[in-house]
Amino acid sequence: MIRARLVNYLPTIAVAVTVLLAWELLVLLFDIQQFLLPKPSAIFAEFAYQVGLWLAPDERSILFESSGATFWEAVGGFVIGCGSGVLVALITSRWTIISEATMPFAIAANSVPIIAFAPIMNNWFGITNPASKMAIVAIIVFFPTMINTVRGLTLVDARQLELMRSYAASPGEVLRKLRIPNALPYIFSALRVASALSLIGAVVAEFFGGPRATLGVYITQEASAFDFAKAWTAIMMASIIGIGFYLTVLMLERRLMPWHVSFRVE
Amino acid sequence: MNAIEAQGIHKVFNPGTDEEVIALQDIDLQVVAGEFLSLVGPSGCGKSTLMRLIADLLQPSGGELRVNGKAPAQARRDRDYGMVFQQATLYDWRSVSKNVQLPLEVMGYAKAERVKRAQAMLELVELGDFLEHYPWQLSGGMQQRVSIARALVFEPSVLLMDEPFGALDEFTRERMNMELLRIWQATGTTVVFVTHSIAEAAFLSQRIVVMTPRPGRITQVVANPLPYPRDFQTRADPAFHALVTQLRDLLRDAVGASDNPRKA
Repeated sequence: MIRARLVNYLPTIAVAVTVLLAWELLVLLFDIQQFLLPKPSAIFAEFAYQVGLWLAPDERSILFESSGATFWEAVGGFVIGCGSGVLVALITSRWTIISEATMPFAIAANSVPIIAFAPIMNNWFGITNPASKMAIVAIIVFFPTMINTVRGLTLVDARQLELMRSYAASPGEVLRKLRIPNALPYIFSALRVASALSLIGAVVAEFFGGPRATLGVYITQEASAFDFAKAWTAIMMASIIGIGFYLTVLMLERRLMPWHVSFRVE
Repeated sequence: MNAIEAQGIHKVFNPGTDEEVIALQDIDLQVVAGEFLSLVGPSGCGKSTLMRLIADLLQPSGGELRVNGKAPAQARRDRDYGMVFQQATLYDWRSVSKNVQLPLEVMGYAKAERVKRAQAMLELVELGDFLEHYPWQLSGGMQQRVSIARALVFEPSVLLMDEPFGALDEFTRERMNMELLRIWQATGTTVVFVTHSIAEAAFLSQRIVVMTPRPGRITQVVANPLPYPRDFQTRADPAFHALVTQLRDLLRDAVGASDNPRKA
């Protein structure tokens, strides 16, 4: 079983190792300056050093503190944005007129680069207040979640609706027994996108300023100090958190909809 | 008593526009309670439309329609009929047993009663060993049997079937036909069965309503002389062949009359 799994992942691991080796060799071969591109080995060394600081009882790792702060901004914004997105979708889809009136605006708002509001949110909530980053994240994830949820609630097979009608089911029953389960795959595909977007939103919002111990600020400061190994380590941390976040949502999805096409095991 | 009574039914789609279509014209029909009746005809003859009028999924443009002596909307609210479509339309997220329980949930049955009835119904359609399976784990024929169980689980007096076996292969279809007759005889439900297969209508029903398109109307109602129970031998019976030939001739004459290329 475990062996078969390893064989499955072997190509992926081989690609990762090859890319890292090629990267290391290229930097050595062409003598690339560390401020342009540090060696992977230097990044891993810095990462190991930070882990050491983090584990030591009387030391502090600014990197890990930053990662924690950014993580909570992303999660907070994700929960607020996705939660209200689903809620607003449920309310608007109940009255077709409202959802038809609001959908064009939601779709238009979804194409606006919301990150451009980051400086304004900094003014509204205060530059060091995590709420300013959460607000940006929440707005970024709100629209895709709302749009997908409305689609899932309304794009229901006509036969399924007729079946419910033939049972003389009330609108509330149709919502609970048909529309919401039908919307789950749509909601989760939005949540997966939102999980990635929320971390991007948080880090980029921090580029516009924030407390010292956040990943966006950490990256800009280390980069302007030409300490690129540190900046790259922070980028790696952001990637690890982002992937972890995505996988958590994916796990939740498998748990909640084991019946869905993408998880079927013949 | 008549389960269904239709008198002078008209149905016009998009009336008053360029796309106006007369789907049904002057439909008079009585379906006796407990009867197995088929509506047969080519595409566009209005057979599905007629069924949807009975189910109150569409409203007639004119005429009088009664289901169990009531207006179709009232019959629907009283859960007088169960429906089976060409596609099984099961809910992916529900197990087989939960799918069959769906109408019972909507109708407010207690859980113990739902589970008991679903199991009994699934045993009737010979799926007693598949209660906890999910629809995608079943073949097309099995899925359709689940949908029949779901339509019958609340014991409606009328079963409306809209080309239920049209998407199945020939062998499965013949087996499902015999299965359906067995279920019909076990439950005593009135069955209205829409099909475009002449052989299927001849094999199953007591009476066959022959319908023709443009505009959709009833050409003739043919009584089936074949006795029940019907089985593999029925299809070899000369009376079966005579009936199929008669139905085919009726359809050819009628379709030829309304669809003559020389007139076009």
